[in-house]
Amino acid sequence: MESIVYAVEGFMYPNEMELQWSILIVLYPFITGLVAGAFILASLERVFNVEAVRPTYRLALLTALSFLLVAPLPLQLHLGHPERSFEMYLTPNTSSAMAMFGFVYLWYLMAVLVIEIWLDYRKDIVLMAREKTGLMHWVYRVMALGSDNISPRSLEIDDKVGKFVTVIGIPSAFLLHGYVGFIFGSIKANPWWSTPVMPIVFLFSAIVSGVATVLLMYMFMTWISGKTLDMRCLDTTARYLMYAFIIDFSLELLDLIHRIYESDESFKTLDFMVHTRLYTSQVIVQIVIGTLFPIGLLALVQLVKVSDLARKGIYVLSACLTLVGIFAMRWNVVIGGQLFSKSYLGYTAYKMDFATKEGLLPAVILLLLPFVILWGLVRLLPTTPGEPEEA
Amino acid sequence: MTSTRREFLVRTGKYLLLTPAAAAAIDNILAGNAATAPAYDMSDHWWGMAIDIEKCIGCGNCVRACKVENDVPVEGPYFRTWVERYHVSYQEPGGEAERITVDSPEGGYNGFPEKYREGDGAKSFFVPKLCNQCSHSPCTQVCPVGATFESPDGAVLVDKAYCMGCRYCVQACPYGCRFIDPRTETVDKCSLCYHRITRGLTTACCEVCPTGARSLGDFKNPKDPIHDFVRLNNVQVLKPQMATGSKTYYSGLDGSVR
Amino acid sequence: MKELLKDKEHLVRMGLLFLGGTLAFMVARIIFVPKGYGMYGQYRAGALDDNRSRPLSFAGRAACEDCHSDISEARAGSKHAGIGCEACHRALAKHAEDPEKVKPVRPDAQSVCLVCHEVNVAKPRGFPQVEPKEHAEEQPCNTCHLPHHPEKSPDEPAEETPVEVQQ
Repeated sequence: MESIVYAVEGFMYPNEMELQWSILIVLYPFITGLVAGAFILASLERVFNVEAVRPTYRLALLTALSFLLVAPLPLQLHLGHPERSFEMYLTPNTSSAMAMFGFVYLWYLMAVLVIEIWLDYRKDIVLMAREKTGLMHWVYRVMALGSDNISPRSLEIDDKVGKFVTVIGIPSAFLLHGYVGFIFGSIKANPWWSTPVMPIVFLFSAIVSGVATVLLMYMFMTWISGKTLDMRCLDTTARYLMYAFIIDFSLELLDLIHRIYESDESFKTLDFMVHTRLYTSQVIVQIVIGTLFPIGLLALVQLVKVSDLARKGIYVLSACLTLVGIFAMRWNVVIGGQLFSKSYLGYTAYKMDFATKEGLLPAVILLLLPFVILWGLVRLLPTTPGEPEEA
Repeated sequence: MTSTRREFLVRTGKYLLLTPAAAAAIDNILAGNAATAPAYDMSDHWWGMAIDIEKCIGCGNCVRACKVENDVPVEGPYFRTWVERYHVSYQEPGGEAERITVDSPEGGYNGFPEKYREGDGAKSFFVPKLCNQCSHSPCTQVCPVGATFESPDGAVLVDKAYCMGCRYCVQACPYGCRFIDPRTETVDKCSLCYHRITRGLTTACCEVCPTGARSLGDFKNPKDPIHDFVRLNNVQVLKPQMATGSKTYYSGLDGSVR
Repeated sequence: MKELLKDKEHLVRMGLLFLGGTLAFMVARIIFVPKGYGMYGQYRAGALDDNRSRPLSFAGRAACEDCHSDISEARAGSKHAGIGCEACHRALAKHAEDPEKVKPVRPDAQSVCLVCHEVNVAKPRGFPQVEPKEHAEEQPCNTCHLPHHPEKSPDEPAEETPVEVQQ
């Protein structure tokens, strides 16, 4: 029967054999995680006055925006009826964590990110409107909302409002990604997901992935623009990456130790799953390659004096491995939670197709799309890395 | 008041009064079968299901009947109801407290080919499963748009015209009773044959059960046999620790049942 | 006012944009939220009617007995008396609606009987089960058992003679 087609081992409830949530649902928290993480890094400078990371400020915001624009796409592709997704705005079920997606997303996009970017860039936008002609002139005029006022006082006001927006932006970013963790953590039917630390673990791994992304983007863009890298900025960013990662790993370790110690009814089946079907992605990729190795490298830099060039290499390597590790974490949560039966008596396998609606190809395209958007945004709103904001 | 003005007022008054009445009438007609709309009052019923494990013979009549009655795809892992066969042995020396083997070949659609032999030291039995029609259902709690809900008379139903197919409810159900219908890309599950029970008939599965292992229950009907069923038997629900308020009561449910 | 707004018009414009968006959203809600949503709970009331208006496939025992009361009498007193007609005769709502146009097909005794009565370790102990080859060699079940009253044989005199059923 379907046991052959669906590679079931042991017993699964007949309806469980087919996985419900695919790689697209792995991708969604990864993307919103990058958004939240990039934004948190940007707010380090704005609200907590961590001067050193200022060069990455604008880049972090634009990165967050690019990824945020792509975030709903994997969800739409996944839905059985994407044309009905607007129902979440019309009739959100107030007891459902997923129902808040539409509003949290819209709030974060418009009231936080767009406003903050607009306020920070407004002077440049107005200057470009004055400078350009033809279509581009009108594009910038619309973006400036027709205003031509860049007097020092107006910019002062912008700065104050911007700071306020960033302050409310931080809990908003927490909400944007934390609710995803809650979506999983609140499902009592699934013991792999059901834990109160899920939203926090998601959030910290989001911060880690966002900081790693901005770090890589910053190094890349400095390199292609031929400018010199601000090593102080880079070192500080990498240090924050390490701190966040240590917290994240500690939380995940806590959950693991807790499970092993309590050894409740679900433990045997979960343990077996981690040792067999999830071994490569969980133990090898997520923990060893994606967490211990980058933390180790970053810690090394703190303990031992390393040359600038070596440090750059270590940062690139650590950041890349971090992103792989955080992606693996999302994979292990989403896919792992569906590989075992709720009867605790069996397992199935995830068959990922390539060129179907929920296959690997659309996932790869969606992962690359934000960089395309970022390229466009950077051309529209230049953010030369390293150049301090003009007062 | 001139006659034309009075006429005008009377006519307007008529329209104002009749329009809501007409609207209500149209609503009633559009609501579906005229035969069901006025005769069935939801507040008179509170539905549940009684399942007697000691009577189930694993014939699979219920699985087949449900697929016919509710237009469930025959091929593939799509079941509104299914039957599981348990085979339990105890206290293997040096092993687990109990060893449980469960199988459900095509949900029991074609019965259960013999797999075990008499006298192997284990016990085996059948367990029919279906949507537990929970009164605190986790599935309706998580639906983002309200496409699945608990009706006022205790049935957990799906609004197929509204479901987006996000599959959150499928993840949230502890009993694995939901699935996505591949033809409509919306969620489907046992609806307690709502179209039958609101017409005074019983569910398709109960109709064809030869031993009376399955029977529909209406808790608000004082004469309903379910009252004796829950009173005179030791009844349990599946996964009571999940506190789902399941209204599917099993008599003779063994501790090994998942 | 002008003093107050000096150097802030762009913020006001942004604020108005937001206000406009919110109003548009509220209007859209009024137009697009389906009628009947929220009447009984956080769902569309029409869904109750949708669920009620499925066509029937099984007529239900009462519908059969309306016309076939003779069969009900024949079954009285037997172990099969409590079984729904469509358990063996399959879905017959169409036949109940139009008995002349839609005729049921007589079930094959072998397959219909063995589904319940073929021996299986998981079946309850007291339930009558047989190993078909041992019990009846290759003969169909209704050679010795009347399906509607299995304790009787075909062409049996009026008195009931119980047939040995292997436990």
